[in-house]
Amino acid sequence: MELKLLTYLVVGASFVVYIGIAIWSKAKDTGDFYVAGKHVHPVANGMATAADWMSAASFISMAGLISFLGYDGSVYLMGWTGGYVLLALLLAPYLRKFGKFTVPEFIGERYDSRLARIVAVICLVFISFTYVAGQMRGVGIVFSRFLEVPIGVGLVIGMGIVFVYAVLGGMKGVTYTQIAQYCVLIFAYTVPAVFIALQITGTPIPQIAFGSTVQGDSLYLLQKLDEVVTALGFPAYTSGTKSTIDVFCITAALMIGTAGLPHVIVRFFTVPKVRDARYSAGWALLFIGLLYLTAPAVGSMARLNLTETIQIGEVGDPQGNLAYEDRPSWFRTWEATGLLQFQDYNDDGRIQYYNDQNPVFSQRAIGYGWRGNELRVDPDIMVLANPEIARLPQWVIALVAAGGIAAALSTAAGLLLVISAAVSHDLLKGVFAPGISERTELMAGRISAAFAILVAGLLGYYPPAFVAQVVAFAFGLAAASLFPAIFLGIFSKRINKQGAIAGMLVGLVFTYGYIEFYKGLFLQWLGAPWGEDIATSWLFGISPEGIGTIGMSLNLIAAIVVSRLTPAPSAEVEALVDRIRYPRIAE
Amino acid sequence: MSQRDAKQLYWRANIRIVAACLVVWFVVSFGFGILLSGPLDQIALFGVNLGFWFAQQGSILTFICVIFFYAWRMNRLDREHDVDED
Repeated sequence: MELKLLTYLVVGASFVVYIGIAIWSKAKDTGDFYVAGKHVHPVANGMATAADWMSAASFISMAGLISFLGYDGSVYLMGWTGGYVLLALLLAPYLRKFGKFTVPEFIGERYDSRLARIVAVICLVFISFTYVAGQMRGVGIVFSRFLEVPIGVGLVIGMGIVFVYAVLGGMKGVTYTQIAQYCVLIFAYTVPAVFIALQITGTPIPQIAFGSTVQGDSLYLLQKLDEVVTALGFPAYTSGTKSTIDVFCITAALMIGTAGLPHVIVRFFTVPKVRDARYSAGWALLFIGLLYLTAPAVGSMARLNLTETIQIGEVGDPQGNLAYEDRPSWFRTWEATGLLQFQDYNDDGRIQYYNDQNPVFSQRAIGYGWRGNELRVDPDIMVLANPEIARLPQWVIALVAAGGIAAALSTAAGLLLVISAAVSHDLLKGVFAPGISERTELMAGRISAAFAILVAGLLGYYPPAFVAQVVAFAFGLAAASLFPAIFLGIFSKRINKQGAIAGMLVGLVFTYGYIEFYKGLFLQWLGAPWGEDIATSWLFGISPEGIGTIGMSLNLIAAIVVSRLTPAPSAEVEALVDRIRYPRIAE
Repeated sequence: MSQRDAKQLYWRANIRIVAACLVVWFVVSFGFGILLSGPLDQIALFGVNLGFWFAQQGSILTFICVIFFYAWRMNRLDREHDVDED
């Protein structure tokens, strides 16, 4: 069967499943809509959390990113998994015991302050829209790449699907579709990885292949990779180029940001008991780990495969480079999409792929008659082209398309839901119209979800500058604003509203200001970015991606100092803290 | 023992468990994977430098174990102190 038709069939079948689930799990009340009625099994919630968490970027881009960053790519691996330890140990069980619907609601009640709740809503909306715009973009790109429809059409289809199950089913619908989406995406990710591992090392398990010898060679995979890439002037794969302090701060900011992301936190509101919330975080990380432990193996094997496909013989030997005529078929396929680009600078009909930014090596390259790196590779190709490189049947390629779409849709739906809950529950019911009935609130939730989908679609179609800075912006803000406010609210009885609000504002303003200064977000019309985004000009050598760590520290300091200088919280607040610390107060 | 003391005892035990788990969390990722990755990279098992392995595999595997241990230990602590939900 033709590939395009097969892809339509597989992707279409997955959509039928998602919509079927949505109809079966329609939300009946606000409890269903916000927190799936709090009866999601902890393992099921773990799976839904994993799908919620792993976005189009995790599925399509991460392995490729690691592939080209080598050791430096570890910041994503550790950062996006280590946050679950913080979440499980410091937030999830207590927030579950709190037992209400949203993160701003907790902040509002713990600090007995509407202002704190509103500040939390603002942080949440910023973080979630930044994140969701990236997801919608991802949906559009996956559609256009695999189904050959324009990005706009892809976006509208994606919005339509999310609309059906998020608006109809709320958290309940989203939870059960996410479970289905997890199964699709993990299967689509591991099948090609297993075959690539078999092909390159003869071991079917990618994580073991990581420490195996390369087929037909006595060298281990990573040793061989280091040797092959350094011979072409690239930095060694297993040692990074980022400074230790920057790697440290980026990892910390991603971890703390992960724990502070509202759409992840809220998933732990959906399980029946406190003890389920604890185990559920473990299951979530186990399911996430299946992909995150495979990605670095895929990254290294794909890099070795790409390099050896081009550099077929001795470096410098005129016969050592692949002749353009002999390029494999996957090379031709992905050239057509523009993800691989070849330009024959020295007109020898052969492909030279090397690091022309390395001054020593590029001098030597001139001696070989090379006139610059001739191959441009988009990192995304490392996952997308795997099925073809491993010569897998066409249904696997169709499956990868369905997996990429599942990853993007599941994350988008989770984000849209926390936005709609913040609007209908925190702003409308909590602040502006406390008297509305349950039915009106549920309707308001549905309308705000629909509206959020429209805005997200527009942001996906006309991506504003800040979308490219998702990592720095969303994670930095979550780390510097929401995480400390929730954490201190549980572990300290002395923190009061003045402290919490001061902390959130200091963290928010500092982190936002730093990213604006070096990256340029909303003030580009005023000339932002003002600073040169290079290591020597950063504060203490910390990049904007890692600055959330400093923002979080400033938040903690401000919150503690201001709380000390102002009156202690009321007895009611103290009783609330006691209530969330003990799963049940002994009589 | 007064109810107040009993509650404090539970909370202190809770903090100790959380702190111990966070030490492990910090040591494998920030310790082995980042700060000590240079010296650890001198040791290679199956061709994988140890610091690099902790940064890309070992830390994630440890995180999973830490959360399951925490869940198991805390759920037991709840029962010991009679604050579990049933």
